[in-house]
Amino acid sequence: MSAEQIRKLVLLAAIWGALLLAPYWMVPLGGYTALATRVLVLGLAAMSVNFLLGFTGVLSFGHAAYFGLGAYGAGLTLKFLVASTPLALVLGMLLGGLCGAILGTLIVRRRGVYFAMVTIAFGQVFYYIAFQWSSLTGGDDGLRGFSRQPIDFGLFKLDILSSADNFYYFVLFCFALVAGAMAFILRSPFGRTMIAIRENERRARFLGIPVERHIWIAFTLSCFFMGFAGALYALVNNFADPRGLHYSQSGDFVMMAVMGGMRSFWGPLLGAAVFVVLQDYLSSITVNWMSFVGLLFVLVVLFFPRGLLGFLQRSKA
Amino acid sequence: MTSQILTSKFDRRRLMKGAAALGAFQVASPFLIQARGETPIRIGMVDPLTGVYAAPAGNEVMGAKLAVEQINAKGGMLGRQVELLVEDSANDVGTGVQKARKLIERDQVNFMIGDVNSGIAAAIAQVTAEKKILHIVSGGHTDSITGKDCKWNVFRVCNTTRMEANSVSDLLFTKYGKKWHFITPDYAFGHTLYSACTDNLKKLGGTVTGNELTPLGTTDFSAYLIKARVANPDVLLLLVQGSDMINCLKQIVQFGLNKQIHVAGTQQELESLAGLPPEARIGIWMFEWYWKQPGVPGVEKFVADIRKVNNGNVPTARHWFGYVSAMSFALVANQRKTTDAVKLAAALENFELPDDVKLQPNKVYYRKGDHQLMTSAFVGEAQSKGKDDPEDLYRVDQVVPGDKTAPAVGDTGCTIQWPA
Amino acid sequence: MTQLLLFNVTNGLIIGAFYVLMALGLSLILNLSNVINFAHGGFLVIGGYIAYTISPYVGFWGALLLAPPLTAVIGLAVERVLIRPLYGRDPLYSLLLTFGLAFIIEDGTRFIWGPQGKPVTIPPFLAQPLSNELFFITGYRLFMVAVVMIAVALLFQLLRYTRLGIRIRAGTLDLETVAALGINVQMLRSLNFAVGIYLAGLSGVLAAGQLGLEPTMGTGLLMPSFIAIIVGGIGSLPGTLVGGLLIGVASGLTAVFLPAASEAVIYVLMAVVLLLRPRGLFGEEGMMS
Repeated sequence: MSAEQIRKLVLLAAIWGALLLAPYWMVPLGGYTALATRVLVLGLAAMSVNFLLGFTGVLSFGHAAYFGLGAYGAGLTLKFLVASTPLALVLGMLLGGLCGAILGTLIVRRRGVYFAMVTIAFGQVFYYIAFQWSSLTGGDDGLRGFSRQPIDFGLFKLDILSSADNFYYFVLFCFALVAGAMAFILRSPFGRTMIAIRENERRARFLGIPVERHIWIAFTLSCFFMGFAGALYALVNNFADPRGLHYSQSGDFVMMAVMGGMRSFWGPLLGAAVFVVLQDYLSSITVNWMSFVGLLFVLVVLFFPRGLLGFLQRSKA
Repeated sequence: MTSQILTSKFDRRRLMKGAAALGAFQVASPFLIQARGETPIRIGMVDPLTGVYAAPAGNEVMGAKLAVEQINAKGGMLGRQVELLVEDSANDVGTGVQKARKLIERDQVNFMIGDVNSGIAAAIAQVTAEKKILHIVSGGHTDSITGKDCKWNVFRVCNTTRMEANSVSDLLFTKYGKKWHFITPDYAFGHTLYSACTDNLKKLGGTVTGNELTPLGTTDFSAYLIKARVANPDVLLLLVQGSDMINCLKQIVQFGLNKQIHVAGTQQELESLAGLPPEARIGIWMFEWYWKQPGVPGVEKFVADIRKVNNGNVPTARHWFGYVSAMSFALVANQRKTTDAVKLAAALENFELPDDVKLQPNKVYYRKGDHQLMTSAFVGEAQSKGKDDPEDLYRVDQVVPGDKTAPAVGDTGCTIQWPA
Repeated sequence: MTQLLLFNVTNGLIIGAFYVLMALGLSLILNLSNVINFAHGGFLVIGGYIAYTISPYVGFWGALLLAPPLTAVIGLAVERVLIRPLYGRDPLYSLLLTFGLAFIIEDGTRFIWGPQGKPVTIPPFLAQPLSNELFFITGYRLFMVAVVMIAVALLFQLLRYTRLGIRIRAGTLDLETVAALGINVQMLRSLNFAVGIYLAGLSGVLAAGQLGLEPTMGTGLLMPSFIAIIVGGIGSLPGTLVGGLLIGVASGLTAVFLPAASEAVIYVLMAVVLLLRPRGLFGEEGMMS
């Protein structure tokens, strides 16, 4: 094994080590397990956005819509269909993914600024549906009255409702599944094509690659991942609400990806960790935390556009 | 002019958890040997300090802080000092729930207050019930909190929508007429308020000429006002709140509609009246508490105390909600000499607030069957300017006791279930 | 019924006129600089608060005259310091930056003026309806429409006949060539941004008279402006004008029949336009004649 490969393995081991032991090292540092769970879920969402943004080069600023749809899908399943956590996750993912697939067909021909604007606008359509269809979604008050159900493995039941640690490991497991799927796709020929499109779309087209179709597939896949993350989020809160679909939530996810490093796989997770912890800490000590978060956005864009991991990589080279 | 209501208290928090010392402190604290008298009692408070409800939320926090200061001046709770830990829910449920968990799991609060947003209040109530923390909902109005979703550990200070509707219905009917038109905000609060009003209207023999359901955050009410005008009612009831109320009233007065139709409603707040130009301060409403109550014990001192921390401005009902919530905890805890949530919840049932806390003429108590505070309704009329005081924007005509406006416990749909 | 419809169409045009003002400013900035200004709503709020602060000294009319240019000056500073470094980079970055800027502005205005809504009074002679019948056409709303019409007319004159205007239009089509011709593109973008922010500030002053002035009032007005631009066609100012009026009327009419959908309908309109004519009603290239 080359030095490069060993370094990657060590890094991977370090990341997973930190994730597996999070409930233990977070608490002495003033954290709490629920915070770690939140970082995982939002980090997964940021990674899903980055699947499109960092690896395909497509800026979707309305991606939170699929996140929110996933949350509602899971919530509605638990509330009205079957009190089953796995089913809720699957249906949430499907709702987010399918809506993404349909919308994707409408917008893949656009690029750049126009594409971004249209994704924002379409995201807001779903926000308004969630907001206004109050008989189904609870409107502004949100969807309540459901909670994550213990998972029955036949031999034993995993209580993820009252035990914060159990739930954290469950979420970590789900995270691992999705992250694994993402990594697998990115390493495949399809993933390579996505990167080729990101690097130079015109050249990719000359090579005969059906660019629109690839972008549509990438868009749809990222929406499925977002839907899954959203479903997990509904389980975190035992609640689904329209604000999860708002473009400001989308902005947060994009910022996490940028802050962590768009070109790296784990960057968004790091960005999410920094963002969530910082916001949590700041909003406890000052009512003007919004200014600081806004300032963070500005500083990252002006001085750290490659994000934390990008910064570190550059200083190594 | 500024809203720096939190900085002075937060210096204490910041001292306690200085960034560099944070980790060390958290590790050391379980091992620090502290006399029982030194461990502070913590009250957690979650409120939307940013977002559209920032003004009422900030005022609630101000009221709670005053209460905690007064409690500590008198020796604290059970001989221990009281700390108020405030977190911003940012008007987002996920954040509110997370902050509630943080306050309970990490900061080990003994009590919880919050939220102004009913949806967030209900979500937090699920967490506090799970963790067995005594919780007072200071500003969320949705009926279900002391109705079908009532819990043994949850109490509420502000009125239910039923109480609000009941307080003004008779007056509006006899004074203005029987054809009512509504502008209702399209969320749970609006819907329940509308049902409560129309139930009363039907009982009195009136008719509803129409109901305009307006999305939250509507800025332009002209289309709805056009429809209302065409329906030709005797009175137009505005059930909207906050900025929606301000926009709607402003436009009604600009359109001159108030010269053709009577304008009224149920809940009105000083924050909204203060945000309106003087000519738009019209209508018959109910307030949940009002600052100008000559002759009522304790009120003048409260007003003076709040003026000192509120840039000279008088307290609103929101200040009073926060104040009562924090005070209630202290009163029962000191009375029963315990911080056990179950015991104190039982103590709060039928607990009557003393004069210097209730700050109103009638008997005010937490009703046993649904944990709703039987607080009075201040029915009256808005005025563009006070005679003696520039902030006297409301003329109180009657103060109706809470147990007269509240529906019977059986009608609320609440059955309290105590933990085993 | 026809009366109700007529009323609502007229009302919709009045609402639409306001959207047009906001959307034009946003469109100007978008077309030349490729920047999606998420902070546009924030500048509207700044304009409103500046008007509130200076009106005790200069009255309503003074505020109307002075607040927009003051807002534009703030806009110039922002453009110089924050946005200029981002030209030529992926539009993602300006999007994120203006997004963060919107946060700072909302929190900043809350910090300076407090969360409590501020009362803004308009001249009493304007605060009257035309007649009892046409009560929803108040003097103030007519005044707003008049201001919008004047502003739009002046803007189009500026773009058509002045050197600055011609350069902006040329720059929208091909900025590289304009630069090659020796024109100071930096200055062009700054001035263009300033004009856009001037319009935002003007919207803010007008809005403050009509709505309650508080830190979060800008956010709800940003989305309709976006939609107006998309419906009208990115790159086309007349398109934005038509787009704004169209969504105003659509929204007003829907409020009669299905009030819950009155805000959602503008998104439906956008979706329909995108399906049938993806480049918007008036095409993609900047046709401003």
